[in-house]
Order: sequence, then structure tokens, then C-alpha cells
Amino acid sequence: MSIRRLAHESIQPRAFSFTADNLFWAEKTIARYPEGRGHSAVIPLLMRAQEQEGWVTKASIKYIADILSMPYIRALEIATFYTQFQLKPVGRKAHVQICGTTPCMLRGAENLKAVCRRRIHSEPLETNMAGTLSWEEVECLGACVNAPMIMIFKDTYEDLTEERLEEIIDAFEEGRESSIPVGPQNGRHSSEPIASVSLRKLL
Amino acid sequence: MAGFMINIKIDGKEINIPHHYTLLQAAEAAGAKIPRFCFHERLSVPSNCRMCLVEVQVKGAPSKPTASCSMRVLDLRPNSNGDPPEIFTNTPMVKKLREGMLEFLLINHPLDCPICDQGGECDLQDQAMAFGRDFSRYTENKRAVEEKYIGPLVKTVMTRCIHCTRCVRFTTEVAGVSELGLIGRGEDAEITTFLEHAMTSELQGNVIDLCPVGALTSRPYAFSARPWELLKTETIDVMDALGSAIRVDTRGSEVMRIMPRINDAVNEEWISDKTRFIWDGLRTQRLDYPYLRDKNNRLVMVDWQRAFDAIRCAVVKAGQGTIGAIAGDLATVEEMYALKLLLKSLESDEIDCRQDGTALDPVWGRASYIFNPSIAGIEASDALLIIGSNPRLEAAVLNARIRKRQGLGPYPIGVIGEQKDLRYSYDYLGSDTEILSELFLGQGAFFGVLKEAKKPLFLIGQGALIGKNGTKVLKLTARLCCDLGAVTNEWNGFAILHTAASRVGGLDIGFVPTSGRNAADIVADSAVLFLLGADEIDLSAKKGFTVYIGSHGDNGAHAADVILPAATYTEKSGFYVNTEGRVQMTNRACVAPGEAKEDWAIIRALSSVLGHCLPFDSLHSLRLSLIRDYPHFGIMDEIMPGKADDIISLGQEASSVTTCSFTSPVKDFYLTNPIARASAIMAECSSLARNRLAMEVG
Amino acid sequence: MLADKNRIFTNLYGFKDKSIKGAIARGCWDNTKAILAKGRDWIIDEIKASGLRGRGGAGFPTGVKWSFMPKKSDGRPHYLVVNADESEPGTCKDREILRHDPHILIEGCVIATFAIGAHTAFIYVRGEFIREREALEAAIDECYESNLLGKKTAYGYACDIVVHHGAGAYVCGEETALLESLEGKKGQPRLKPPFPANIGLYGCPTTVNNVESIAVVPTVLRRGASWFVSMGRPNNFGTKLFMISGHVNTPCTIEEELGITFRELIEKHAGGVRGGWDNLLAVVPGGASCPVVHGKDMENVIMDFDGLKEVRSSFGTGGVIVMDKSTDIIKAIWRLSVFFKHESCGQCTPCREGTGWMMRLLARMVEGRAQKHEIDLLFEVSKQIEGSTICALGDAAAWPVQGLIRNFRIAIEKRIEAYTYAASQQEHCLTEAAE
Repeated sequence: MSIRRLAHESIQPRAFSFTADNLFWAEKTIARYPEGRGHSAVIPLLMRAQEQEGWVTKASIKYIADILSMPYIRALEIATFYTQFQLKPVGRKAHVQICGTTPCMLRGAENLKAVCRRRIHSEPLETNMAGTLSWEEVECLGACVNAPMIMIFKDTYEDLTEERLEEIIDAFEEGRESSIPVGPQNGRHSSEPIASVSLRKLL
Repeated sequence: MAGFMINIKIDGKEINIPHHYTLLQAAEAAGAKIPRFCFHERLSVPSNCRMCLVEVQVKGAPSKPTASCSMRVLDLRPNSNGDPPEIFTNTPMVKKLREGMLEFLLINHPLDCPICDQGGECDLQDQAMAFGRDFSRYTENKRAVEEKYIGPLVKTVMTRCIHCTRCVRFTTEVAGVSELGLIGRGEDAEITTFLEHAMTSELQGNVIDLCPVGALTSRPYAFSARPWELLKTETIDVMDALGSAIRVDTRGSEVMRIMPRINDAVNEEWISDKTRFIWDGLRTQRLDYPYLRDKNNRLVMVDWQRAFDAIRCAVVKAGQGTIGAIAGDLATVEEMYALKLLLKSLESDEIDCRQDGTALDPVWGRASYIFNPSIAGIEASDALLIIGSNPRLEAAVLNARIRKRQGLGPYPIGVIGEQKDLRYSYDYLGSDTEILSELFLGQGAFFGVLKEAKKPLFLIGQGALIGKNGTKVLKLTARLCCDLGAVTNEWNGFAILHTAASRVGGLDIGFVPTSGRNAADIVADSAVLFLLGADEIDLSAKKGFTVYIGSHGDNGAHAADVILPAATYTEKSGFYVNTEGRVQMTNRACVAPGEAKEDWAIIRALSSVLGHCLPFDSLHSLRLSLIRDYPHFGIMDEIMPGKADDIISLGQEASSVTTCSFTSPVKDFYLTNPIARASAIMAECSSLARNRLAMEVG
Repeated sequence: MLADKNRIFTNLYGFKDKSIKGAIARGCWDNTKAILAKGRDWIIDEIKASGLRGRGGAGFPTGVKWSFMPKKSDGRPHYLVVNADESEPGTCKDREILRHDPHILIEGCVIATFAIGAHTAFIYVRGEFIREREALEAAIDECYESNLLGKKTAYGYACDIVVHHGAGAYVCGEETALLESLEGKKGQPRLKPPFPANIGLYGCPTTVNNVESIAVVPTVLRRGASWFVSMGRPNNFGTKLFMISGHVNTPCTIEEELGITFRELIEKHAGGVRGGWDNLLAVVPGGASCPVVHGKDMENVIMDFDGLKEVRSSFGTGGVIVMDKSTDIIKAIWRLSVFFKHESCGQCTPCREGTGWMMRLLARMVEGRAQKHEIDLLFEVSKQIEGSTICALGDAAAWPVQGLIRNFRIAIEKRIEAYTYAASQQEHCLTEAAE
């Protein structure tokens, strides 16, 4: 894990506030926890802020700390401890998270990284010139029997080949991501043995 | 539960200990020394450094390394045959574990001991010597950590940090302000404040002592001395009325730094930043020669004889006119006693140690002006009403004790006065005397809370006692205390919080006028006015010839006709009585600069010039005389308790008060006395605090 | 091999209807009331009798864990926390339960909360399982609508489920770190004692169970402990989800009987090892933290808790990572140590400093840029971490490295020799050129 810092002051937006919908959602979320345990909602709220803004800004950390009456430093600890929080802007159209841990590595994750290096940026967590794409290597995403796999925002794309990844990147860049089915890309339904017809009937 | 004893075997020795002991306490009780970094008696136990691992053996199972700081003896499984579990602190396994832990701590710790301020008093250095390997097996690159700015007092070299989190726990738990945190994770975790804001706590300097390595060091003291060059003098602090135990480290005649000592009754082991960082003020603005105001209204340096002659002339000239004396907030009991005797011999009782005009008076008995429940007694109380005080600014360390009490269990706190961040939660009742009157009538929700409490504590600040209503507020509060059961044979919850170190001592020896007058009257009426380090009083109304005896060129000196240079608290030995009535003594750590003399000696010399020679020629004989008059000064470090009856009879005089609101007399924590005002460090802290305030308001 | 009638997970791959209708059709929510009517003690005893061991890796008996909860509440609420923070490399079973068969988990939660005297269950789903979480939340909504959750339920016991999620921290899979994270703090494990059954979530008695452990509970209780113990061997009863990843022909997640041999598992379900059994190099048999085992020792191993202990590894979560001879085994294990270094929470010294050290040593060994005595150093460093940390992440980081050295020391030595030889050749050339 590299050192996680908030993005440079020059690109930090001055303010942050939830949209009306998100604020409503946030209040509902806080209310799910027992009374006086609102701090529990810090991860979901930060995640929602990230969804709204694309990344976790300094202003959003303060905003959420204020909502939860939490000291800023505690919210900053959370934002830097959990690695799903993007502390600087990522690709607007796609942020490709490649699972690089051993099960995926054994089945070719390194080649996928090479594709991203070539297609997006030589370094992880840097956007391409247009600011539309970025990539990073992440630790195990929990789809080991569908290796190698990537995650773009909320969806996973599994059982990948280099060629398929290129197609997926193309599709996202051109705004055609809906043409790509999520999940396995090799004809599998989910995690069944690909050849097994019997299991397909049974389960 | 506390009485339950248990047997345990440590290094083959069977001992009997209370069952709630941790293995570390048990091992220490058995005489074994356990190294540690993260563990600290007054903070929560994270058990993260793993330095204190010991070998625990339960028969029939392989022995296991166990963190001794967190594991309690009662949590250990006994052997199957009922024998006590065995702990080893000196086996090859423990030795290996310690070597391993130190190796891990050192692989990413820089080898910069020669340029590290912690060198010579570094836990890591000491323990590496005692328990570590004598060579390194680590050949990879070392971690370097970016520098952080966390304020003008604490210097950081974060590469040295070993992630013990003592500083984080201190600020959160003791200081009550979550300012420091450990961000990131794993190897790259770093201690910092939120985006490198300066810390705001008045107790932040304590993290320097807590840091077991050189990651957090004193910025003002940086690179100025090595611990082994310093002469260490144990003494008492006078920045507030707590009398915190301190150690003054000097090199030659200069105070290099001030550290806390442990005194569980007063300051545990914390001191405020004013106490710790005041020392540069001891060097600047010093009065080191006698001065005399000349015909051109300019103060010119003179010798002692001429200064004394001028005073003699003034006293003679005054004739039948009043001769008055005001004692300042930092004066010792001895010098006040000498000055009182001198004025008595001049047939004057125009003396006062209450520069702020507080309503306290020794005629009502000692209980009426001390912190009766004692500072440690805060932990025994079960409800608190703060009246006209901001303890965070008036006595930062005592404030931490209140916070500590709140951490121990339910502790309702009510505040009448200003609504400020006190670092703990409280019910804000209101700002003025109305609230007191309501409570007196049994109104308000907090009345029930106090009524229900078994040991309620009424903390009364000087903010409630100064001004024309002071006496009435004092009496009303005394009555309230009695009515609400705060004054019984077992418990006296009537607690006056003083802000001046000299105050209780002054009241103890009756350094007050008998005529019912106050300090302002004395200033206005005296033909000759002696100021014994009195700098916190408005002198614009003074008419007479003014003699200033003191250490710093501050308000008093500016208004003086004669200045007699005296010693500061680090340069003299003297009695101070803290707010709870505890008699303590300062020790001389260094000598006063130039021609400056100890205050009592100046007064003694002056008395002989004035022809009323005081009957002692040494500090020792002065003290004998003092103890003869006031025997409680003969018992050091103890409190002569006040009488509950005094509070009861004071309360009987209660009457209604006109409405007025309370404000704390301490407006700027960092600039409360002439030494603090001479300190550049305090000035910087003060300006930071003011800017912060302006930002908050703006 | 597991008979089809004995399957607990009947919609593992999501070919069937995952909604409440489909779940009920498959037997879920079938007279839950009758199970609860038998009482708390009966449920705990039955689960104890079934020998169900926790499916999250440590294998602690679930019934025994439940019995640690106070029998009577002292005024504090009790909580069930379901650990769906599945992040161990090689493990991806909970994902299938969450997204394809959430109702068996929800019903399991209801029974488990009843058994431990709780009325609220928190399900902590790892942050990356977004669609999985959505599926679970949808199923929970269905249950609220059908009076299967809430204050007034069809079976007469109040039960609420709150879905919480993480944000990318493997260490939150450790039960006390998970509780910290659920309380809105950094996921740094707590000291034990006190154990969660005394002081857990929000300072209240808490049981933390793995998703699979909870999901099998309804079926075990319906079909009886005797049915469950009819599968597997003593101390290792029942069925288990296996995840077979790496160099096999058809990687998959599959429910099987405990006690199946490794060879059968791979042959029957994973289509065999890529390139045949002779091509098998090594196996990480139970998720990343289990020591790697040499392929030749693996073939006939019985896949259960005790079987893998015999080859000095552990069963873990049942995530089998198969490596054929094309694998750079040093690199594969180095990548695991990168994982553990990345996921160390940084709280305690040995793990914080040691995982980085091991990673760096291994990185050099991947190249061969090391000395042979450093293999012993690496082993010692791993031993220094093992057993001295607050939580098991330190052990988990140490074991794969120890497994590597135990089984593949020669490979590391050869790599070092090759590097040294190449370097000396180069030096030789340079010297010659200079002359």
C-alpha cells in the first residue's frame, strides 16, 4: 500500500454537500444504527460522497464528519485506512481496478495490467490525457474462480482475456458500456464449471 | 472485587496478588522488569508495541507469548490440576521475542541518535541496549516519513515514530480533544493532525514526554542541550494555583526546560503548556539592577543604597499618610510574611494579596477560601457545578482531572458562566446569578441532579467572586452547598478554584486589610505603595510613591518610582499554598541575574534601612517565625483541612443578589503573569489561539 | 461425492429464481416457526451435535460459540454479526450465497439471533461486493414485506437485519476488527479478552459468524444433526463450499462433502489440473493464509480440517489455489506477501514491520538477487511474526512464506545461483572488455 494522501489543495473543491436525495438517504442510513451510534455510518456516507463526486474530497470528509459530529481527524483516518476510497480524481468514464492477487495473477492478471499501462497510463491512479480513464491494481476482489477479473465502478468483468479487456476499455471510452454484459466474459453464467451441463440443470 | 487475591507463579516464584492485576503489574510485583513502549499507566492499553510479551505456560499446552500489559491474571486459565498458571519473563523464548520486537522497531527507525534530541533519554535507545541484538540483519531500504507541522510547541521527526499511539491516546483521552490520529494503514501509517493544523490543547506538551522516541520533541528546546548536561531541580510550578510538581533543568544559570514530576494528588504527571514552555520568559524582560525614577521621569539604574535611601525619604515624607502593600500572584509566603511584618512595624494594615478584589477573606475561616474536596477528590465526587469559572484556562491540569472523572462513569456537570469548550460535555445552565437564585429556590433540572448526588462538588471560580456582588455570591453558594448536602462530616464539596499561586498562602497569613478595604482602595490611597510583584492590578489611580519589588519589567515596574530587582520562582526557595490548601515549597534551580536578590532578603534589608529591622537574618529563621505564627506551614505537602462549620455559618449570612453575569478572569491562557508575558513562545501560542478564535467567530 | 439430494445450496449459480418465491419453492422459510418453537437450547444443542465448524477459516464449532453468549440479558442488547467481509485470496463462496441464495442466509440469521437472544443482526459485506449487497438488500426488503423480518413476524420473534459494508480492508474479516469497523472506526483488531460474547459490538454481547456457517443452519436444523454428521468424518462433518481457482481446466465454486480427496475434487469438478496431474506443482489448499503444499504431497489429501493438518497446512475457507509447473512459485508467494503487507492494519509492531520486510526479501528472491543465508533469515522473520501479533493476520502472512521455504527451498536456492552466475558472467565480460 502506498502512502495515501488527500489530493493537492489546487484540485480540492471548496465545498461539498449531499444532493437532496443523498441527504435523505444519509439520514435514513444513520437511523438504521442504534441510537447514538451514528458514527457507524461513516463508511457508507463517505462511499456515497465518493459516488456523488467521483472521489473523496477534503470538503466531503469535513462535511460527513460534521453530519456525524465526529472529529475531522477520525474521519480522515477512515478515509485513508480504507483503500476503496479514492483520494484523488479517477477516470470519469471508467476506473479499471484489476485484481492482481495470486489467483488472478496465476491466470494472467499481469497481462491485463500491461493492457492498462498501454491503453490508459503507464502509472496506476493516473488518468489518461482526456481524464476519462484510469486504472489501478487492487488486492483480491473475491471472484477467484472467475480469474482474471476487473471491476469498473460497481460491476465486475470476469474470466477475461487481454483482447476482451481492450474491447471493454473501448466500450467504456466510447460510452457503449451497456453493450458489455457484466460478469463472466467467456460464456459462463457465474461460477459453475464451464463445461458442466448437469450442474447447470441442477443449480 | 478489589479484595480478591490470587496466586500466580512468576519466574518460579509464587506470589499473591489482587486478581485484577495485569501480568505486567504481577511481574513488577514479583520484581521482574518488563520493557514496554505503548503501555502507559494513565492511558488506555492498546498493546500494540508487543514489547512486553512474556511466556505463559499452562500445563498440557505449549507455552504462548502473551502481551503482559493487557492480559489480566484472572483471564489466564489455571492448570488442569488447579495450580496457578506460570509466567516467565527471563526465558530464552522471551529473550528472543524481545530481540525480535526491537529488531522490527529498529528496521525502519533511523540511526540518527547523534542528532536526535531524545538521545540519552530515549526508551528505544535504552531498551535496544538492554534487550536488543547488537547488529542489524535488515538490508532493505528504510522507510522515510514526511515531516508534519503540528504547532509551535511540538517538533516532529516522524521517520522516528514507532506507532505506539501514546500521543493519540493522550490527546483523545486526557486532553479531551481528538487532534492527533494515525492515518493510513500498515507500514505507511502516520501520526498527524487533521491536515497539519496546529494542535490547540493547553496540555499538548505532554505528548513530548509520552513519546518514547524522538518523533515528538520540544520545539523551543530543540538542539539546545543534552540531558546529561543538565542539573535537575525538583520544584513547584506557579503558573496557576495548582502547584504542579515540576523539575527544572538548568545548565549554568539558565533554565533550559521544565518537565513534570509525578504527584498523584495534584497533577498526576501532566503539566500545562504554560508551565512547560514558560522558561524563555525567565530570561527576557528581567529586572537585574535597582532603578530610580529621576527628575525627568525616567527610570535610571542606581545601586541598592540609593534605591533604599529614596524609599526611606519617601516613607519619612509620608509621615502620617498611609503606607500600603499589594502582593502579586507569584509571591511566596515568606516574602509576603516579611512584608506584612514590615508594614505592621510601620503601623499600617493596608496590605492585600487579592489584586483582583475577590471577595474571599480569612475571617470566614480556611474552608471558605480553599478547594475543600481536594483535587484528587474530584474523582470521588458524583456531580459538579461550575460557577463562574473556565477551568480549562484557569487550571488546565485540574480540568483534565474533571474529564478523567467523567470517563470513569456517569458524572453530570452543570456550568453557570461562560459557555466555552471545556473538553468535556456539560449542561449549560446560564450565565448569571439568576441561575444561582433559581437553584437556591429549588428550581431547574440541575437542582434535582445536585440534590440526588451523594458527593456534589461546587467549583467556584474567581469570575463569580470578583466585583461588587462577590461577597453575596460567595455566601449564597455556601448556603446552596449546605442545602444540597455538599457539606457534611464526610464530604465538603465547597471548592474555590484560585488562579493565583500566591493567593491561598496570602490568605493563610492574613495578607488582607482588616478595615474591609480592597486592593484598589489601597492603590488609590497610599502615600507610599509597595508592590510585591503586583502586575495584574490597575495602577492608574495611584497617587503615592511606588516601590516595585519583582523580577520582570511589566505593569508594576512601569508605574514604579523605585524598582528593586528580585528573583523568580526558579531562583528562590519559598512556600506556596495551592488552591486546595496544600503547602509546598519551591527549590532554587539557579541564581537570579545581575543584582537581583531574593525577595525576602530585599524586604529584610529594607526594614533595617527604615529602622524597623525584622527579627530574622536568614530564610531559616524567617520560616521558624512563620511556623510559630502559622503552624500549618510546618507540615510540607499536606493540607490542613478547613472546617465544615465555617461554610455553614457563612451560608447563614446569605441574602439575595442583584443580577450579574460571570466571566472568567483568564482571558488569555498564555499571558496571565509577567513571566508569561515576557515569553516569546507564549506570545506565539497566544497569537495562534487568538487567530483561531477570530476564525471561529468570523 | 455429494449426492444431489444432500445439497444445501440449491441455487449456487443463480440459474434459478433468487427471489423469495423461488427460495420458498426450494424449501426456504418452511415453517421457521416450528424450529424456533423448539427453543433456544434445543437449537444450540442440535448445532453442537451436528459438529458444524465455522466456515470462515478458523473452524471453531458454531454451536459452542453460540453457547458463550449470556443466557440472560443484563439489560444490554445482544447482537449477531455476520461476517461477509470475504477477502481472503482464493475465497469467493459468500459471494455466491449473497447474490444467488440470500434467503437461506436471512433465515439462518433469524434462527441464529433467536439462539443467542438477539433481535438484531448486522451483515457486514465487503465494500467491493456492491451488486452482491444490492441482491441481499433486495431480499431483505422482500422479507420485511412478507413479515419475515421486523418487529412483528410470521414466526413470532422480532428480528431486524442491518446490512453494513466495508470499504476495502481485508483485516476487517477478523471478527474484532470487523466490530471496530462496524462502529465507524478503523478496522484495527481488538485485544482478546474480553471476547465479543462479553463485550462486542457497541460494548454488547455479540456473536460473529461467517456467512456460510449461518446459511447452512436452517437446513441442518430441518434435516437434523444426524443427517449432517452422516457426511464427512468425525470432527469434520457436513458439506462445504469449495472454490477451485488457478491452473485447473474448469475453475468453479462447488458444494461437496467434507472428506473428499483432493484428487477427486479436482477431477470431478475442476476438469483436472491443467496439463495433467504430472504438471501439478503446488497447492494453496484453503485460501491465501494456508501454507503452500507441494503438489506431490497433495493428491491424496483428504479435504477437511484434519486432513490438511496432516500436510502441515490448514483447511481455511476451502479456497483451493492450484498451481501447475508453469508457475513461478516464488513469485506467487511473493504476491501473497504483497497482499498481506498491503492489508496489515499497522497496529502492532511485528505485522506492520515484518510483512514489509518479508515482502522485500521475497521480491529479491524472485529475481534471485539474494544470498542463500537470507532464506534462513526470511524464515526467522516469519517466525518472529508468528504468534506475537494481536490478531491472526500476522500468522496468516507468515505461513505462506514458511510453506514456501519448507517445500521449495531448492527452487529459491537455484534462482539465487542462477542470478549469481549470470552476474559473475557479466562481471567477467566487463573485466575482459576493460582489459
